[in-house]
Amino acid sequence: MREALRKASANLLILLGILALLVVLVTPFIGMQTITPASLFSAEPSSMDVKIFWRLRVPRTLTAFLVGAALSLSGLTFQAMFCNPLATPFTLGIAGGAALGAALYIRIGVVFALLGISGQTLSAFVGAALAILLVHGLSRMRRDFSMAAILLAGVAISFFCSSFILFVQYLSGFTHLFQITRWLMGELAVTGFAAVRELAPLVLCGSAVILAMGKELNLLTTGEELAISRGLNLRRTRNVLFLTTSLMVGGLVARCGPIGFVGMMAPHICRLLVGADHRRLIPATFLFGGCFLTLCDTLARVLIAPAEIPVGVITALLGGPFFVWLLISDGAGSTGFYRSNAT
Amino acid sequence: MTAPKDLLTLRDVSLRRRGRAVLCDVSLSLGQGERLALVGPNGAGKTTLLKCLNRILTGWSGSITLAGKALQAYRHRELARWMAYVPQSPGQAAPFSVEGFVAMGRYPYQGPVARLSRQDRQAVGDALDLTDTDSLRDRPLYALSGGERQRVMLAAALAQEAKILLLDEPTVFLDPRHEAAFCAVLARVHRERGLTMITVTHDLNRAALMHDRLVALKDGQVAFSGTPTSFMSRTELEAVYENPFLLAPHPTTGHPMVLPEAPA
Repeated sequence: MREALRKASANLLILLGILALLVVLVTPFIGMQTITPASLFSAEPSSMDVKIFWRLRVPRTLTAFLVGAALSLSGLTFQAMFCNPLATPFTLGIAGGAALGAALYIRIGVVFALLGISGQTLSAFVGAALAILLVHGLSRMRRDFSMAAILLAGVAISFFCSSFILFVQYLSGFTHLFQITRWLMGELAVTGFAAVRELAPLVLCGSAVILAMGKELNLLTTGEELAISRGLNLRRTRNVLFLTTSLMVGGLVARCGPIGFVGMMAPHICRLLVGADHRRLIPATFLFGGCFLTLCDTLARVLIAPAEIPVGVITALLGGPFFVWLLISDGAGSTGFYRSNAT
Repeated sequence: MTAPKDLLTLRDVSLRRRGRAVLCDVSLSLGQGERLALVGPNGAGKTTLLKCLNRILTGWSGSITLAGKALQAYRHRELARWMAYVPQSPGQAAPFSVEGFVAMGRYPYQGPVARLSRQDRQAVGDALDLTDTDSLRDRPLYALSGGERQRVMLAAALAQEAKILLLDEPTVFLDPRHEAAFCAVLARVHRERGLTMITVTHDLNRAALMHDRLVALKDGQVAFSGTPTSFMSRTELEAVYENPFLLAPHPTTGHPMVLPEAPA
């Protein structure tokens, strides 16, 4: 039965891999205007279809996949680190800090760029980094800070940032106000491969680090004291994970705005599918998160075409009910995580 | 007083937490294969002392030497190959199978690759056998009874193949049958592997029967250190616990045992 289980979850991983491949290959053809493979290859390189396909659709699919995968992985990491099913990088104020950075940049209106990265992205990243340093600093200030206290501090920073953003918005003129609001909705529409070039190294390196720390994440889920007694260097592990996820999420949010929900739900959905062992959970979450956001973004583009629904709206509208359905299904009992012993 | 070969030596270990001295100049030494019972009233610092040994708690002063080397000089994994820990609380109901959980005890031996080596699997299998948990290996942790879970916690610590076992009130939630079974497993482990054990306990009778040495802590200080039988006297017990005691000889061994006082 053990073998069967192991095999089933290995198969699920392969299945997810195939799904991911399909999603990435197929979604660029779908949109306001369907492009067929035939038209892509028969048309001359300067035709509208070819341009849309290579300049808009493919970069967008890749961006969505990278963002979804990375946000989901960060969510998974934070859930393990804080032993808290509700923890996401956003709960710790990363998104809040990034949003505040971007809002201030838009409001101040001094346009600059560094090494080809836009000032808006840079400001958002600085905001995210500051929020992280603040949370991290707080946790170092008191040795006996519990993880729950750190989580609460993060929530406080989040709220502080949202209020500050409201204040900035209040002081802004109409154009700035619109730009800020649009940024806050999350944006996956990209032109050309610049975004992919910025995000791919960040996401792939970050994911590789997390993938290499599956055993450490497993130990963290059993509780801090036990993890230490098994030889885990808790402080170093935490620092590495914290830094990796923060950099990754900071970069993503800076570029694409705060796209919530995926980061919290995808890890749970995957835990229900492949079990709690992070050595399988990490690749599953990466693949699933990527597919999920890409599919949501595709729907966002076609549902009320030619208009587009903000992708954040779709993720929660689709993912919420799906998650609740999984939660109440019998499968959820098999991981124990989601069932109380009292009935 | 000191054992022939000093494995673990504590000298003047003190720890202050939140402005309060939790441990105060604790000195003791332990030889290879010795079984030490750590007793004392609630809040005397017994668990704290275990956690200092484990480096779950840091920031103490004084010196702790393990196999001739300062405790601080050990790397985390290296220390875990020396000491394993069975905590008091059942811990988080982690969503792992028994086998998966016990295999995590192999962490200090594993490289960056996540696969278990043949040696790892052997150690896990032995630990499961030794603790009679082999039949539970596919069960999820949260679905175990208290007695089963405690044996699995021990199995995970044994899979770690450490030379010193730190046990924090390992039998406190167990019924008499499971308690006896757990103690039998501990005795077997001691016999077969010659492990050094430090057990925090409130069960004075078992402490006396199962250990070679006994240290009583009171207000973070060592109040008694010697053989368990010499501790089982009214003067010693009453000095440590500030409570009247009733003692009677064990029917088969003749050791003094603590009896509950009959209600007036």
